Amino acid sequence: MNKSFKLRTLAFIVPTVLISSLLSGTFVTGATAAEAGMGPGPKKKAASWTMGGMVDYTKQPYTPKAYASAAKVKDGTQDCSYYNTSMKDYSGQKITILAPPPPNMGEPMEQHGAMFNKLTGGKVVIQHVPIGDLYPKQQTAFQTGVSPWDVVVNFSNWIGDFQQYYYDIPAKYTSGNGELASMLDLYKGIYSWNGKTKFFGIDADRHFLKYRTDVIEDAAAAAFYKEKTGKTLGVPKTWAEYNLMASTFNGYKAKGQPAGVTFAGSSEITKRDDLMSTAFINRVAPYAKNPNVKTGFWFDANMVPQVNNPGFVQGLEDFVASAKYWPQGGGNFGLSDEITSFGRGDSLFSYTWDDAWSQANQKDSPVVGNVKAAPNPGAEKVWNSVTNKWDTPAGGVNRAPYIAWGWSSSIPVASKNKQMALDFLCFFANRANHAIDLTIGRTGVNPSRSEDFTTDFWVKGLGWSTAATQSWIDTMNNYATAKNRVFDLRVPGNGQFMGAIADGVALALAGQKTPKAALDEVAAKWVEILNTIGKDKVKAAYQNVIKLENS
Amino acid sequence: MTSKFYKRLFLLPGLLLLIAIIIFPLLFTIRVSMANWNVSQSGLDWAGGANWARMFHDANFWSSLFRLLYFSFITTTLQYILGFAAAMYAWKGFASRRFFRVLWLVPLMTTPSVMAIVWRSIFREDIGAANGFLRLFGVDPIAWSTQIFPAGVTITIAEVWQWTPFMFLILLAGLLSLPKEQFLSADIDGATPWRTFWSITFPLMAPISIGAIIIRLIEASKIFDSIFNLTSAGPGNATETPAYYLYTRGLREFQISYGATMGLMYLILAILTLTILGQILARVSKPRGL
Repeated sequence: MNKSFKLRTLAFIVPTVLISSLLSGTFVTGATAAEAGMGPGPKKKAASWTMGGMVDYTKQPYTPKAYASAAKVKDGTQDCSYYNTSMKDYSGQKITILAPPPPNMGEPMEQHGAMFNKLTGGKVVIQHVPIGDLYPKQQTAFQTGVSPWDVVVNFSNWIGDFQQYYYDIPAKYTSGNGELASMLDLYKGIYSWNGKTKFFGIDADRHFLKYRTDVIEDAAAAAFYKEKTGKTLGVPKTWAEYNLMASTFNGYKAKGQPAGVTFAGSSEITKRDDLMSTAFINRVAPYAKNPNVKTGFWFDANMVPQVNNPGFVQGLEDFVASAKYWPQGGGNFGLSDEITSFGRGDSLFSYTWDDAWSQANQKDSPVVGNVKAAPNPGAEKVWNSVTNKWDTPAGGVNRAPYIAWGWSSSIPVASKNKQMALDFLCFFANRANHAIDLTIGRTGVNPSRSEDFTTDFWVKGLGWSTAATQSWIDTMNNYATAKNRVFDLRVPGNGQFMGAIADGVALALAGQKTPKAALDEVAAKWVEILNTIGKDKVKAAYQNVIKLENS
Repeated sequence: MTSKFYKRLFLLPGLLLLIAIIIFPLLFTIRVSMANWNVSQSGLDWAGGANWARMFHDANFWSSLFRLLYFSFITTTLQYILGFAAAMYAWKGFASRRFFRVLWLVPLMTTPSVMAIVWRSIFREDIGAANGFLRLFGVDPIAWSTQIFPAGVTITIAEVWQWTPFMFLILLAGLLSLPKEQFLSADIDGATPWRTFWSITFPLMAPISIGAIIIRLIEASKIFDSIFNLTSAGPGNATETPAYYLYTRGLREFQISYGATMGLMYLILAILTLTILGQILARVSKPRGL
């Protein structure tokens, strides 16, 4: 009887506790990880690397054969050079890194991790997860107060979601003799939040135009264009010109066209959940980013979404119109498809990241020598969200380059060995490694530092043509000094805001909705998202974006 | 008393397992659906029915459900017809049937992601084999993934290819287990093969067919891999199903509570639909007057 009573009592208590704890929410807490220590740090040891010695990846532990054609560079003199790192003894210590799979960022993490281990005696463990899992894994871990990583590889547009979980990178790494000291201010700004550096900058990105010189600079093509349109051929200054040229040369026989490849107008990213929203941002930027409006590109001063204003709608209409001159299958191109398509000679134009540029300039590219870079096209009018009228830009064309997000890395506040994590990232990004990684397309490392923006580095190091390289460097310098730029929506819920854009733009591209109707729907979703996340919270974070825009 | 106690004790491991793998996750999901867990709000606060209200107004979710109905119906019907035909063929016997039985299972043994990547290569509009084949006959390339109707066809082909062998396997097992007497009688009475099929084979196979169809419908309702790899739910949202929609909202955008809400609604609807459908199929196909 007594036992039965106990059993019944237990049968009552267990589910009650279970359900009440569920209702009270004690199973998951929103604990933010408390800042942990820096770890024991390195002991000092004798250098095992010769000062100023040559860095040669073929002599390093990680897949040396894969780097047979990689450049060889002299070790630097900065704090995290091979020589200085080899004097740090991390034996018995370990850090864990969350990274994407090789090659993009996953490979250089392995490569430099293995070398760091060899130089310091420490242990760098890399946990590779698919790129799509990088965000949810971090979000889940940080929200539940469990952070098993000392370094996380991420994208800079997530800063609004994660900055509170990331350790502030000390100023010594971004100034003086630090490895990131020569990084352009533009990128230092992107990697910062409220004046504090949150990302260790291992990459930097922007979107720009790539065009075929065997058409744009060809006399016969110019005559053809004149005959068809009555206009003079040149690098397109506006998206309207871009569309006109792309449609005119769709199906044209370009002088340097690879055999068997049909020539189309434009290769763009159009696949809904494969970065298509970034292509859209390029298309709308010059129509909607008004240099005279200082209250923001994405929202107005009252946090009313601007994503359906006439500037955005005009950009989307251009994007939709371009579908007629995409290559076969171009309506389902993700980033990798865009890169491959332009690299194999499918089209006259392409824009977005550096990768298509690198691919087109490789020695084995069928279009090598026939490609140049330029700033993305502008617009002949720009929407003013304050006056609610179109403005005519000074000089006739409004330019608004999109400084797109790229790879980055951070150290979670919860890491228990921050010093080793910092030393590893600093070694990863040292001058020699950075220089060599830049020359290996698959690493995902792109130019970001003043020394990267010299022609010699690319012409002598990689055999690129001087004219092509100069066009690229001019473009990057143009972006670095531009006064009217568009940045990502670096606020909490960036993924949701961009997801809504992708949904709407996809409907418009598929002809299921008009551009205006599609973007009205996006704007309505944005209001919902604002309400869910909290308008004040998003507004506070958005001030960081406005600050970048107005810098 | 002691005997009762021991009986209960023996039940305990099973009960605990049931709580751990079914009851707790279900209760937890219900609780999560009544919270605001998202990118900026972690943990289980109390949102009441806000997510449920939002879901009832979410046209994209409901349209994805209707699209799923269409895909499930089309793919399962085709799989059943083809699977039954193949099973009949194998049942009646032909040379190398063991070899062909194994061959039939290859698609089933292929992981859905690998299958989807193979089909993606085949249906690539620029360099894919399907358009290459059509070009041999002077047929213009088809926009397999960038136009609404062909995109649906692409998904259907991939799904039918992968899951028809499952139908084949279940139906063949059913055919092999049928009693011989009715067939002997029909043979003696001079029934034609067609008449034998409609009056004997098909009715006798009804219970097995219903089981196979229900299992396939459950699987088909979770369709994700082929859509993720082949069309990314496009063009527009033309191939978006609830599983994909849930993945996007719940995991990619980290709307955990809203994802949980949609998951629960989806579960409720699936149970209701399949129960009703099972009942209807059982009544319609009940063997009569054998």
